[in-house]
Amino acid sequence: MGIQALHLTKTFGGLKALDDVSLEVPDGKLVSLLGPSGSGKTTLLRILAGLEFCDHGTPAKILFHGKDVSGVPAGKRKVGFVFQHYALFRHMTVFGNIAFGMKVRRGGLRPSKDRIKNRVGELLELVRMSGLERRYPSELSGGQRQRVALARALAVDPEVLLLDEPFGALDAKVRKGLRRWLRTFQERLGLTTIFVTHDQEEALELADEVVVMNNARIEQVGDPQYVYDRPATPFVIEFLGNVNKLVAGLSGLPKEGGNVLYVRPHDVDIVGPDEAAGEYVIKARVQHVFSAGNYGRIQLERLSSREPFEAEISRERLRQLEIKYGDVLSVVFRHVRLFPRGKFFETDVRDGKLVGLRDSLPTNGEDG
Amino acid sequence: MKTTAPRRVIPGFGLTFGLTLTYLGLLVLIPLAGIFLKSAGIGWQDFWAATTSRQVVASYRVSFGISLAAAAANMVFGCLAAWSIVRYRFPGRKFIDALVDLPFALPTAVAGIALTSLYARTGWLGSIFYPLGLETAYSRLGIFIALTFVGLPFVIRTLQPVIADLDIEIEEAAASLGAPRFQTLWRVVFPALLPAMLTGFALAFARALGEYGSVIFISGNMPLRTEITPLVIVKFLEQHQVEHATAVAVFMLVCSFVLLLGVNILQRWSESAGAARA
Amino acid sequence: MATTVTRFRETPLPRTRSAISESAGMRRAVIGLTVVFLFLFLFFPLIAIFFEALRDGLGAYLDSFRDPYALAAVRLTLIVAAICVPVNTIFGVAAAWAIAKFEFRGKSLLTTLIDLPFAVSPVIAGLLFILVFGSHGWLGPWLEARGLQVIFALPGIVLATLFITFPFVARELIPIMQARGKEDEHAALTLGAGGWRTFWQVTLPNVKWGLFYGVVLCNARAMGEFGAVAVVSGNIKGLTSTMPLYVETLYLEYATVPAFALSSVLALLALITLLLKNLIESRWRSAPGRGN
Repeated sequence: MGIQALHLTKTFGGLKALDDVSLEVPDGKLVSLLGPSGSGKTTLLRILAGLEFCDHGTPAKILFHGKDVSGVPAGKRKVGFVFQHYALFRHMTVFGNIAFGMKVRRGGLRPSKDRIKNRVGELLELVRMSGLERRYPSELSGGQRQRVALARALAVDPEVLLLDEPFGALDAKVRKGLRRWLRTFQERLGLTTIFVTHDQEEALELADEVVVMNNARIEQVGDPQYVYDRPATPFVIEFLGNVNKLVAGLSGLPKEGGNVLYVRPHDVDIVGPDEAAGEYVIKARVQHVFSAGNYGRIQLERLSSREPFEAEISRERLRQLEIKYGDVLSVVFRHVRLFPRGKFFETDVRDGKLVGLRDSLPTNGEDG
Repeated sequence: MKTTAPRRVIPGFGLTFGLTLTYLGLLVLIPLAGIFLKSAGIGWQDFWAATTSRQVVASYRVSFGISLAAAAANMVFGCLAAWSIVRYRFPGRKFIDALVDLPFALPTAVAGIALTSLYARTGWLGSIFYPLGLETAYSRLGIFIALTFVGLPFVIRTLQPVIADLDIEIEEAAASLGAPRFQTLWRVVFPALLPAMLTGFALAFARALGEYGSVIFISGNMPLRTEITPLVIVKFLEQHQVEHATAVAVFMLVCSFVLLLGVNILQRWSESAGAARA
Repeated sequence: MATTVTRFRETPLPRTRSAISESAGMRRAVIGLTVVFLFLFLFFPLIAIFFEALRDGLGAYLDSFRDPYALAAVRLTLIVAAICVPVNTIFGVAAAWAIAKFEFRGKSLLTTLIDLPFAVSPVIAGLLFILVFGSHGWLGPWLEARGLQVIFALPGIVLATLFITFPFVARELIPIMQARGKEDEHAALTLGAGGWRTFWQVTLPNVKWGLFYGVVLCNARAMGEFGAVAVVSGNIKGLTSTMPLYVETLYLEYATVPAFALSSVLALLALITLLLKNLIESRWRSAPGRGN
């Protein structure tokens, strides 16, 4: 195991930031902590780095590669930490920033001047910043600062790399490019890495494993595809991707617990205009039609309960159906997710017939 | 297993906090405790007699009255000055802005003799004011001039950042809603500046109340007429009436603490008003 | 109390639009009043010092500095500043570090305590030390029995000056260090730096101008303090008379030119302080690596 964190609890003046959270990160993996702001993800990251401490008297334990580092101060944990706003030393050049971690080592552990110079050169090449070592942070673009911060964190030969919202302060275009670059970069280094983000797209696209956090707790852990397809809790399904939430249940589905159902827009199938067949068909009126790229989005209103929901169909199909404002359509939900009393149900509806109903969570990787 | 991790991430708390407390303890708390203990040993009757004798009460009247007047003058002119410096551009603006801190930097005794020579009957300004019937030196007006001088930067320096941070769009909104400029200033700008104005006023007042060096030269120091309370304390000390000096000093200290408390409350209000604006 | 006031940073003038600006006449009146007020209270007194000092010509001005008592006063003032400024700089840095980088109970009380000398009359500050160290004070007799004199001697002057000047460095540093946050220190820590190194190499370079200005203000006040020192020093010519005290002595002896000559030196010191302040502030605005 690269990182093991056990029973972390942290309160800030009566407010729980982490509530008995445990997490394991396999060696060499890239893991993202995903959650809304205030979910505790940054606190978790800072506790791993030794920048915060768990509440006194709680049985917390942190291990890096099997070694207990709970009592080790931040500077001796061998952690590379990249801060959200980079925290570059603004009075030092790029060279000074990257060399800092090597220069502050004591006595015999401090590399020679030439070694430091070579290592900084290597790191600059690694982050594609060669030739900029004399610049000050204020003379760099956001993406460049980001990469300097990364090089600075790597200069101390860390055992784990922690990144706090690494792309949060960048504009959308730079963000995409840097994201891809970080992915290949991490693969090459093979360094156990955790990054914090509130952007689900970023987490799903980049990480080997996603840890979804909410309200000081971990909601679900798994590889991105699995977490997206098999959300374990209502929070996860609402937080990851678009989803329709409808209160009134469908007949034929289990009635235990609440009757809230979730359906992804791309699981909403338009059967045809006013075609009344089957027990799972729903009538809905078109409120708005919009198409961009390959997809058409239709805003619908369920006739029976006046609940609004959204369907996503191919543009081709949209043209075939000739949908326009005010039409009443027949709609079928292909996959519906229900979470009665902590249980998970998934329905599979085809041609107006319920062909499958699963009530347990399949293990990771099994196809649904 | 319990964590044995240290509670603080950044090192040096014990050293710096300990040093700060020790230093403040030796230099401030022990002497302060000393004066209150000393005054407690005086006995209530003597304390009352010392703090309410005719000469002392007259000095309160001079000190508090003129300090209030000077702080009020500073509030009015400080407002105008701060507004001019932040909002207008005129030749000499930077020079004036730099000069505002002079009373902080100039030793009070130097300020005292400079003001005296300037406002005395034969001085440049005194020779203008005296024929008009204004005794600008060796009078209460002289004390007012000195106390206005020492309190001058407070209102201006407190107001400047507040005026600079005013959201112009709010003024534009008021104008677009049809408010004439004067109404905008009175109903929109003034309430936003009020906490800072009062903070500056209180700071200037507190400073004026304790001021000694710049006043004693220009005041003439006539008992019952132009004697400020700090001077009364010095006179008691010179006559080796330490008890009397202590009693009056304790009274003044209590007044200062109340003022300091008021300033803190005002500043918190000012900050929350600023936060509400942002 | 200088530094309880927030640092004013130049902001660009709001775009001049008629809707939100006063009429030209109004503007001229406000500027006029400001200029008259500030000239009457600031500019004229400043000029008067140099005018009075040079009233009898340059020769008489320079002769004022031949007075051995004046030279002794200059020396004493320099000694007092040389002791008080470093001591209060160390205290100010320590206090600012504790207050800006940590959370603890009673923090606002501690901050208020640091402001205290601003609210206490200098005369009372002097009295505080007389009550402790005077011949009838707590420690006075005990110290005198051992041949140590505090009041009416250098130690008393130093103590009173320390009391008056200790807030300056701390008050200048605390807001700057608080505004900088703790992220830089955290970054240095994760990179393996210890406390001292973090302070010298990461914290200090970012606050050095604020520290410098605090030291300059502390120095100006240490050299110029009058009330507190007047009470504790006994004002013995040539022995316990600092520059401001000797200015008083000369002035009361009607030695006007020497009094203003010595004053002009202190006024120059004040002007240098103001100049440095303005230089530092413009430096602040254009410092390399600002922003980030």
